[in-house]
Amino acid sequence: MSSPATQSTDDVPYTVVVGLEVHVQLKTNTKLFCRCPTIFGRPPNTQTCPVCLGLPGSLPVMNRHAFELSMKTALALNCTIPHFTKWDRKNYFYPDLPKGYQTSQFDLPMSEHGHLNIFSEDDEFADKQIRILRAHLEEDAGKSMHDEADGVADSRIDLNRTGTPLLEIVSEPDMRSAAEAKAYLQELRLILLYLDVSDCNMQEGSLRCDANVNLHIDTPDGTIATPIVEIKNMNSFRAVHRGIEFEVGRQYSLWKKNKQVLGDMPKQTRGWDEGSQVTRAQREKEESSDYRYFPCPDLVPVIVTDEEIQAMQQTICTLPADLRKQLFDDHQLTAHTSAVIINQGLGFANYFLTLATIIDDGRLAGNWMQGEVLRILNEQEQTIEQFTLSAAELGELLKLIQSDDIDNSKAKDVFAMMMESGQSAADVMAELGIEKVDSSQLEELCQRLVNNNPKIVADVQNGNQKAVGALIGQARNENSNVDPGQVREICLALIEKL
Amino acid sequence: MSIISKSATQQREMMRTGELTSVELTTAYLEQIRSRESAVKAFVHLDEQQTLDAAQQIDTRRAAGEPLGDLAGIPVAVKDNLCCQGIPTTCASKFLSDFIPPYDATVIAKLKTADAVLIGRTNMDEFAMGSSTENSAIQVTNNPWDLQCIPGGSSGGSAACIAADFAPLALGSDTGGSIRQPAALCGIVGLKPSYGRVSRYGLVAFASSLDQIGPMTSNVEDAALLLQVLAGHDSHDSTSADVTVDSYVENVTQPLSNLTLGIVDEHYGDGLDIEIKSSIEEAIRVYESLGATIKHVEMPHASYGIATYYIIAPCEASSNLARFDGAHYGQRADTCMTDQQSTSEDALTRMYRSSRAAGFGDEVKRRIMLGTYALSEGYYDAFYLKALKVRRLIQQDYDNAFKDIDLLIGPVTARSAFKQGETIADPMAMYMEDLFTVTANLAGVAGISVPCGFTDAGLPIGMQLQSAPFQEDKLLRAAYMFQNATDWHQRRPKV
Repeated sequence: MSSPATQSTDDVPYTVVVGLEVHVQLKTNTKLFCRCPTIFGRPPNTQTCPVCLGLPGSLPVMNRHAFELSMKTALALNCTIPHFTKWDRKNYFYPDLPKGYQTSQFDLPMSEHGHLNIFSEDDEFADKQIRILRAHLEEDAGKSMHDEADGVADSRIDLNRTGTPLLEIVSEPDMRSAAEAKAYLQELRLILLYLDVSDCNMQEGSLRCDANVNLHIDTPDGTIATPIVEIKNMNSFRAVHRGIEFEVGRQYSLWKKNKQVLGDMPKQTRGWDEGSQVTRAQREKEESSDYRYFPCPDLVPVIVTDEEIQAMQQTICTLPADLRKQLFDDHQLTAHTSAVIINQGLGFANYFLTLATIIDDGRLAGNWMQGEVLRILNEQEQTIEQFTLSAAELGELLKLIQSDDIDNSKAKDVFAMMMESGQSAADVMAELGIEKVDSSQLEELCQRLVNNNPKIVADVQNGNQKAVGALIGQARNENSNVDPGQVREICLALIEKL
Repeated sequence: MSIISKSATQQREMMRTGELTSVELTTAYLEQIRSRESAVKAFVHLDEQQTLDAAQQIDTRRAAGEPLGDLAGIPVAVKDNLCCQGIPTTCASKFLSDFIPPYDATVIAKLKTADAVLIGRTNMDEFAMGSSTENSAIQVTNNPWDLQCIPGGSSGGSAACIAADFAPLALGSDTGGSIRQPAALCGIVGLKPSYGRVSRYGLVAFASSLDQIGPMTSNVEDAALLLQVLAGHDSHDSTSADVTVDSYVENVTQPLSNLTLGIVDEHYGDGLDIEIKSSIEEAIRVYESLGATIKHVEMPHASYGIATYYIIAPCEASSNLARFDGAHYGQRADTCMTDQQSTSEDALTRMYRSSRAAGFGDEVKRRIMLGTYALSEGYYDAFYLKALKVRRLIQQDYDNAFKDIDLLIGPVTARSAFKQGETIADPMAMYMEDLFTVTANLAGVAGISVPCGFTDAGLPIGMQLQSAPFQEDKLLRAAYMFQNATDWHQRRPKV
């Protein structure tokens, strides 16, 4: 694909290198190591028990469902699932970590070596495969809330989130621009939504993304790498895009000034400041240098059999990439229409597929899905699952368009009535008195109009094609069922013959 | 014969037949405590009224003909590291001096279901780290056989409590010998079950892969009675085993035929006190007279037990005790969260540091530092990982040994109870107290200490039997055979 890039790497002497660490809160009813609920937004510290509070003597027991959702996700990301995986403790002190360690996975993650493909709708970059290093399961920490008003530092801790299952998906540093990173995150989110393993709500923190960014700069002495910076606190796709772009610019300017390269300083963590649209250095946690990982002696290793992996593989639904290919190959949809449909989720896409099959016309089905259907869903804040019209019912209406029984704009009126009254397309049409106008009847009507309107005919003959519109208006007044397009065509043909 | 010198098994029967009420029994123990606790100092918490109320409830229910649990009306003392809802659980640490758990440990829940009467919380080395109970931040417990001596540890309070007839049954916990060593030094029976036999849920963790809760009693049949209630799989503890629990109570008095006991020659080296050595040899002769065969077995890696244990246990402890940071519960040092001079994070670090500095005793700090060091980058492979490998070799030694024998027999400790203050300043000497006991924890096998004699100075001596994992039934029956042939367990301290 050609690259009419908005941000071309051709005119700058560096390559951008980005890897993403994505934390996904899994959609389980209960936490990873206890049976507390995981509902977002409850009053602070109301979803806790001795286990997630880290009280003395309490012990963790793994939530098998969380492991299964992780497995499903890992398989969908083409990862390998080892037969043996274990839990490790990551030791550090922080008030939102009541045990003083996070139960995570260190050297033997539950999955590794996967990939996902990204593409650009507007050809900003070429389609490419992004490798996934590993995906491992761990527990979320609580939330610290710092109130420093009046100069009195007042910190409060909410442990509702503590112990929520998190799948950490670590990519290889395979992305070469902010746009690619954003596309990766969007595709990953879509996959997670299709799998129904997470809410993926970036604002609520159920999908969180950290980016590791540096530059490979061409210099007369060869290529150098700038120090790696990890960007945190990017709470939207836009923030991920802007954050990386900002960091690229910042690192290049800084390198021009201080010439520092990878290894000259430890990895830095910078937070994205949404208000100022800049990244800012974050204070390092004192213990962050050595987490003293070791196997958690309170949990048993997880053994996964081939049979379990195969059974889980069977539960994986059609994924966005397969669907995209299907919509293009089988239904000739444009990249844009296809993206609109796929981004609405699996339910919407399935509705489309059913509809397209019923009427055997992907483009017509696609236009109606992204037009009328989506408009109604947005207006009524509904999902496709709540949509009252079945694909078969909508198909009946579209078939009438295909057979020229009704034109597209009339069909929209009928659609609106169907939504309102719950009647079938045929019933609505009968009620509105819509019926197909016989072609000889139409010919006769047009001939009469041409005969009775010499002035308009003269205008048309003098080159004012638009004048024919007046004839269409008269035709519709006489018979509301006429197709304006057909009237126009016939009238123009008759005038030509005069 | 006073009611408190009878076994819990007998007391249970007497209550069943109506000869005895729980209030009478509990009152008898409380009187014994009142007269002797000031000399022994076994308890760190005891609410007499609450205890009597619990006993009264059992009697009322019994009178009403309600079905009652297996320990109905029998007092049980509990080591202070087992969480009990609404009752202070301090682990004998300043850090938890006002900690009151909102939940019951599984073993506590089981005792309650069995209708036991919980009679006080017993002293221990802080967070179960120690072999003399001198590391308690609350008090020093005295050995009822000689008040100048330590009772052993870390379950020293429970051991002293049984020896002094303050309760018929007690719970201890054993990470490297903390049930068996004080049992030996106090002349009682102490059983460390196989790893996974008893749920650890609610036991304040010292070293998770080594800790086990077990019974401490004055005789073997009572140990069977208490283990019967404690044992079994628990869905709250991933490491508890889903292995059938045998009928310990029913089987304990049945002698084993064709019993083969193994002796490890290394146990009888220079370090072993001569009086203990001859008591063990005498115990072996008793078994021979009961028809047992004796075999010599090789435990080539047993000598690395202490070194291995003192890597693994502190590593796990350094992480397990990280939660005691002053942020959520327990002691927060009175400093600096509002210190205007520093940034919030500096204040936080200072809060952690000062809370832990003030809350923990020296031995706890020593082990946290040992473990933190051994887990640190660059040292992990040389210490922790190497220790895990040796641990596996020790397990293999046991596996091989148990192919030829039923049980191992040997000493529990190299010396009898020592004088207070004598060893506390020498951590290495104190660590050697675990010499004969730690390997059982490292391998996950069961071990029991049974009274088998006295020194000339009148201090008790214990012998140790060890079984393959989940062979507690065999262990208890063999121990009972010995007890039935001897009268060491019937002696009582005169203090």
